[in-house]
Amino acid sequence: MPSLCRDCLTPFETGSRCPACGRPRVLSHPELFDLSIAHMDCDAFYASVEKRDNPELAAKPVIIGGGRRGVVSTACYIARIRGVRSAMPMYRALQLCPDAVVIKPRGAVYAQVSGQIRALMEELTPAIEPLSLDEAFLDLTGTARLHGAPPAVMLARLVKRMQEEIGVTGSIGLSHNKFLAKIASDLDKPRGFAVIGQAETPAFLRPKPVRLLWGVGDAGQAALDRAGIRTFEDLLRWEKRDLVQRFGSMGERLFHLARGEDRRRVTRNAPVKSISNETTFDEDTGDRDLLDGHLWRLSEKTTDRAKAKGMAGRTVTLKLRRANFTLMSRRMTLPDATQMADTLYRAARGLFDQVPEPGPWRLIGVGLSDLVPASMADRLPDLLDPHAATRAKAERAADEIRARFGNDAILKGRALR
Amino acid sequence: MKISMERATLLRAVAQAQSVVERRNTIPILANVLIEAEGDTVTFRATDLDIEVLDRAEAMVEKAGGTTVSAVTLHEIVRKLPDGAQVALSEEPGSGRLTVSAGRSMFNLATLPKEDFPVMASSEYTSNFSCKAQVLRRLFDKSKFAISTEETRYYLNGVYMHVSDSDGAKVLRCVATDGHRLARIDAPLPDNAADMPGVIVPRKTVGELRKLLDEDDMDIAVSVSETKIRFATHNITLTSKVIDGTFPDYTRVIPQGNTRKLEVDASEFAKAVDRVATVSSERSRAVKLALDEDRLVLSVNAPDSGAAEEELAVAYGDERLEIGFNAKYLLEIASQVDRENAVFLFNSSGDPTLMREGDDTSAVYVVMPMRV
Repeated sequence: MPSLCRDCLTPFETGSRCPACGRPRVLSHPELFDLSIAHMDCDAFYASVEKRDNPELAAKPVIIGGGRRGVVSTACYIARIRGVRSAMPMYRALQLCPDAVVIKPRGAVYAQVSGQIRALMEELTPAIEPLSLDEAFLDLTGTARLHGAPPAVMLARLVKRMQEEIGVTGSIGLSHNKFLAKIASDLDKPRGFAVIGQAETPAFLRPKPVRLLWGVGDAGQAALDRAGIRTFEDLLRWEKRDLVQRFGSMGERLFHLARGEDRRRVTRNAPVKSISNETTFDEDTGDRDLLDGHLWRLSEKTTDRAKAKGMAGRTVTLKLRRANFTLMSRRMTLPDATQMADTLYRAARGLFDQVPEPGPWRLIGVGLSDLVPASMADRLPDLLDPHAATRAKAERAADEIRARFGNDAILKGRALR
Repeated sequence: MKISMERATLLRAVAQAQSVVERRNTIPILANVLIEAEGDTVTFRATDLDIEVLDRAEAMVEKAGGTTVSAVTLHEIVRKLPDGAQVALSEEPGSGRLTVSAGRSMFNLATLPKEDFPVMASSEYTSNFSCKAQVLRRLFDKSKFAISTEETRYYLNGVYMHVSDSDGAKVLRCVATDGHRLARIDAPLPDNAADMPGVIVPRKTVGELRKLLDEDDMDIAVSVSETKIRFATHNITLTSKVIDGTFPDYTRVIPQGNTRKLEVDASEFAKAVDRVATVSSERSRAVKLALDEDRLVLSVNAPDSGAAEEELAVAYGDERLEIGFNAKYLLEIASQVDRENAVFLFNSSGDPTLMREGDDTSAVYVVMPMRV
């Protein structure tokens, strides 16, 4: 059976130890050198970066997350042993693991490290689809001759170099499509390398819970539960027509995924669908002045990102989380797409003013979706708001000042609320 | 209650009622029409708590009384009955069922007690006047396209009806705007209307009112208070709350100094706009107007989907001008013109443009250009 030593990257035929270096980190699979769609997922990425930069943390449980009231964004493997999970509220994490070192995320550093990893991936293939800072799909189809080695070897080399040159580890899932590659990368974490071949796909999926499906959230899960679909085996019993009737467009995807079929390509720039920002408060608040300040700052952050991407949005979403964690959101469609903070803020403020509940709120967020290129935005002035043009000019001028002298060089009064 | 009436009369009354009831509502009785029989008339009353419509019809009343029944179901039944049928409606007291019979068809419908039906509180109307149906029809038909649907500016979700001055004469004026276009329509002030308070008539009311205005010469009795407006014909009374808000000062929005004048056949213009806009795939389809000596070139350039151009012979004597508009807005204002040429008055490519029909200033439209 085709085998590969993950330490010295020697390919060989069968054996539980590498014939070259004698070490046991051997990967064997009948289709090992034929598969070419991969998913790379860093292991506890933010925590690994922190541990790399501060070796004293190496043996300690580390949690990355915002403040006492925030949620866990990453927990290192030591903290995970104690039951800490991503997206868990911080107070809960600290109950489970009181001696954890909590570190506020350093976004800029992670982005920089992510850039280094990206550069290593670029050497393998141009077909990279990043899902976030710490994971990406790679399509290495047709690169074997170029690299003089099959994809599996190049991927093993990638994670080896990440560890040696950058100091973070990652896990690889290798399969024949994105959906299975994504599942595979999670099978053998950390420092894993898992392979799901064509031949074993049906048997592999059959007993698995449908929860594994990427993109099936709680609501989707509940709908599947109601239909009595718990495992892939259950799903296989459904006719395509019935699935489509019951689940709409998702039904068609379910039908194919249940058979391990996923024809989506690894695309370099998956189109951005929305841009949003949100804040979790240190203490729940219903103070409208304070919330107004947040609305402005979030609107500005969101439109800063829109401007950087040269995009504008037509749908404005306001998101509020109640003290009991339930979510409420309101949305409206603008007559004209916008990338102006002033317009976004006014729309979000209008939505907020219509919310009948007084709060207190735990989180507030502002988003722009239904995106179009900036050239198609902010073209339609408002008859009843003749000062809008002046405000837009002021905002453009302020943007230039901030670009030159830093983000704090000029602020609106309401940003200080 | 036991009554019998002609299908056509019943259908007209029930149709009006079922269009007022809200399709999705959580209060069951609001889906019902209140039927009350007394003497030789039957009244049909329906409400969504903001609008109430009351329709009187003649009928053979064998036994007076009243009940409420699903407006939509009753309408569907009556609609499907053969033309010319005589329809009998009867309810045994306490049975909770209304029997509808016509020829060999019979239906039993669940009822709710008439005592539970919310009747709109009557109002002290400060102004009462009478107006011909065709006058009201023109005022609302020509302005309603500009009503805003934006809920954050709820005070724009209707037509602002008020008394104003035009060239020294008092007029009854309707204004609607969504911030991108505006319609201002005037009619000679009816007698006794001078002290009418300005009110914002909600979009749905405008739609319901339209059904009362088909006969040109019918007199419509209009009653207005600060909070309600009522339109009544001989048979139908439509009462509506008005929007509780302040309509913005629209007068400063209407350009006074636009001098660059374009005169064009409105229907040719609308057809050309429609044709060139076809290639545009974006939602706010932008059309560019390039004006030169008696020549108008309409063009659309959509990078993703294609380009289109069309030339029209027009009357234009000013200097060269290029200006862009949302195609839908242009189509809507052009379709308001029905007798003469459309006259556009421009200032610059960034300023509001004014449109009217010939030299008639009793209907003017303002439309905001867009950057193209």
